[in-house]
Amino acid sequence: MKFGVVVFPGSNCNEDCYWALKNDIGVDVRYIWHKSTEIDDLDAIVLPGGFSYGDYLRVGSIARFSPVMNSVIDFAKKGKLVIGICNGFQILLEAGLLPGAMLKNKHLSFICKYVSLKVENSSTPFTIETKDHNTLNIPIAHGEGNYYIDNNGLDELKKNNQIVFKYSNKDGKTDDNTNPNGSVENIAGICNKEKNVLGMMPHPERCCNANLGSVDGQSIFLSMKNFIKQN
Amino acid sequence: MYQAKIYVTLKESVLDPQGKTVKNALESLSFKDVASVRQGKYFVIKLDLDDEEGASKEIEEICRKLLVNTVIETYKFDIEKI
Repeated sequence: MKFGVVVFPGSNCNEDCYWALKNDIGVDVRYIWHKSTEIDDLDAIVLPGGFSYGDYLRVGSIARFSPVMNSVIDFAKKGKLVIGICNGFQILLEAGLLPGAMLKNKHLSFICKYVSLKVENSSTPFTIETKDHNTLNIPIAHGEGNYYIDNNGLDELKKNNQIVFKYSNKDGKTDDNTNPNGSVENIAGICNKEKNVLGMMPHPERCCNANLGSVDGQSIFLSMKNFIKQN
Repeated sequence: MYQAKIYVTLKESVLDPQGKTVKNALESLSFKDVASVRQGKYFVIKLDLDDEEGASKEIEEICRKLLVNTVIETYKFDIEKI
């Protein structure tokens, strides 16, 4: 089983993802330079966080046209697993692999802190190992994580159980007080209808080792690993 | 050659946190008449084309493909021969 971590110019969480997958999760992993289109050897792809192309124009809007992205779109269409974290989520939105768009945080500040996440759907390939967790303790670090989707789109997300994570308190209660950035209905992560593409603003790769303060991020990568094993 | 001036703004239905902050700043500077502020982007693009219809079509495509995210943004442009 092999994971691939895409590296765009301006990615800065690629090494954290690589390290966590290799050492904490125990899977083979390799980098994919954004100009490469050869990804057939892989079972899952990670679009990591960072500031691809300096966040110029709109977050993720330029990375979306990197050569690797056509291969990632084909890869996703085959039903293989793709996870976009933070800037990776923004790129998936721009690429149209997930619905909606990102706006600047409601209060405009860059937020870097631990948050609690309520798992709204624990039967996706990314969350099957989260069932024991009431909430996940995972850090966020972003200036543009204010998820927007219109009402029709929101209805679709709900109808298809595509809302995967919501910002909550430790008990899983979601309201305005637990919404760090103004996202529609506290949304922190969504998947596509087919459930094989996930985008999330929080950083699971930053909390896969007890030395870092939380291991809750492991449950997401372990879900992917076990899902791939079983399929 | 044609030149297009392109204006990209957030849709009216989408909250504009930057525009709102600018409005608050203007209020604190005693500009009490400011009813609303919407912030956007402005592009000037020159095209090596000699027909207005072709230039207009190309700008439309440039907007839709890259400059504008139509989920949250709307755009308009003026085009002139230079």
